Amino acid sequence: MSKRTLRGKVAIAGVGETPYYKHGKAPVSEFKLALQAILAACEDAGIDPRRIDGFASYSNDRNEPSRLAAALGLPALRFSNMNWGGGGGGGSAAMGNAAAAVACGMANCVVVFRALAQGQFQRFGAAPPGGVAAGEAALNAPYGVMSPAQRYAMRAMRFLHENNIAPSAQRAIALASYHHAQSNPRAVMHGRPLTAEAYDQSRWIVEPWRLFDCCQENDGAAALIVVPAEEARDFKHKPAYLLGSAQGSEYRNGARSHNAPLYATSSFTTVAPQLYDMAGLKPKDVDVVQSYENFTGGVLMSLVEHGFFTAEDANDFLTPENLMAPTGKLPLNTSGGNLAECYMHGLELQIEAVRQIRGASTAQVPETDVSMVISGPMVTPVSSMIFGTEATL
Amino acid sequence: MSYLPSGLPIPVPENDGLDKPYWDATRRGELLVQRCKKCGTFQWGPEWICHKCLSFDVDWHKVSGKGRIYSWERPWHPVHPALKDHGPYIVVLVELPDAGNVRMLGNLLGNPKQEVHIGAEVQAVFEPHDDAKPPFTLVQWKLA
Repeated sequence: MSKRTLRGKVAIAGVGETPYYKHGKAPVSEFKLALQAILAACEDAGIDPRRIDGFASYSNDRNEPSRLAAALGLPALRFSNMNWGGGGGGGSAAMGNAAAAVACGMANCVVVFRALAQGQFQRFGAAPPGGVAAGEAALNAPYGVMSPAQRYAMRAMRFLHENNIAPSAQRAIALASYHHAQSNPRAVMHGRPLTAEAYDQSRWIVEPWRLFDCCQENDGAAALIVVPAEEARDFKHKPAYLLGSAQGSEYRNGARSHNAPLYATSSFTTVAPQLYDMAGLKPKDVDVVQSYENFTGGVLMSLVEHGFFTAEDANDFLTPENLMAPTGKLPLNTSGGNLAECYMHGLELQIEAVRQIRGASTAQVPETDVSMVISGPMVTPVSSMIFGTEATL
Repeated sequence: MSYLPSGLPIPVPENDGLDKPYWDATRRGELLVQRCKKCGTFQWGPEWICHKCLSFDVDWHKVSGKGRIYSWERPWHPVHPALKDHGPYIVVLVELPDAGNVRMLGNLLGNPKQEVHIGAEVQAVFEPHDDAKPPFTLVQWKLA
């Protein structure tokens, strides 16, 4: 029996996004943002939106496939999928779920999307006043642990402690994102460069994280269209083929009250090996990486767990120069990412990874054949994925 | 006197009663964690089954309250209206060597700007909130 795999079975035919806004500043409703991004992806692919027959998303996206299908007048809905889990951990998982549906014939043209208009709903980074807390929240909120930064800072603090990580390592990740945003006109932080001095002087959000270690909160929507590999050459742009996708987390990662046995991880210790195994690749084969920045410490651990350097080498490896396109050893977050392009809950990272395969990034890495995305460190489940050019098949 | 101002979310037991023995015990000044009757494994946070041997016969076990700081953080940015203008505070993750090194969360009492050392020994103290509706008691930590 041949190995069961998604490698080379599907490709991205189109990508699309709305303009990106600061949180609360979207001029239209969240549902309309979702529609706009989906239509932009269809336009990019050069297809009639009526070809769409499925949707996949994550993090309890509010814009349900049945409403989208009705609004878009789709002849038939064949696949609707929500990946469990909060944060951006489901970004690559949603891509994998869509790919699996297309690869096995459940659907033929699946949209992966995420839409957010935080001004119309509750913000991620603020807690509602008063109220009661039950379950896991009862063991956190009364102690002032409510926001994602507060929830995950202690995982990073333990990692920094165990491995003697210098503040410059986290700083390099922030500087690389802001550097790349300066050449990207879509980026919310375009025209707002960050210096090492400004980083060092920025206020603490929660130690060990300063303001610039934390993602923005934004409004907008993003979408990608997944099609069978055999149709991939029929569209307007050079196809990006999926080489691998993996999701999950290690042993008892979700144990309540911060009782994950492997606490000082970004949750990828079992997921990353699974990804490389499916793709048939090693870390040295990866040309460019988009790694979800909820917080810089999470990126640091993600890169270690995906084998780009060891924890012992992190201080030496994590310099701005090593992370910058086009010449860095490991160009990272080349659109500006969650820190400086847009916190489109990480799905802008998948779009950027496709642009790198097409040769269309505003911070293009020359001769890119293998382009990785890492989604949502420290939450569970997390996920990651690899795109490749036709030459990698 | 509580470490953090009043007005933060009030902890209540889950609807299914899973953690009710823990919250009831804190009102009596006792610290409980779960322990499997069959295999003796300690477990925290609470769950309906022992993760080690899969027995449903999970009991509650009183612990001494001796702990060791495993990790920590110092929030500065207030994300809740009750914390506006309050300033920084310290959250510690404490492992309990007497209970299989399960971890519990709390605030580290004392100066909120003090240096915190991973590995430092701490002791549980009970912080009653008798005027809250419903009343509850938090487990906090002080340097031993």
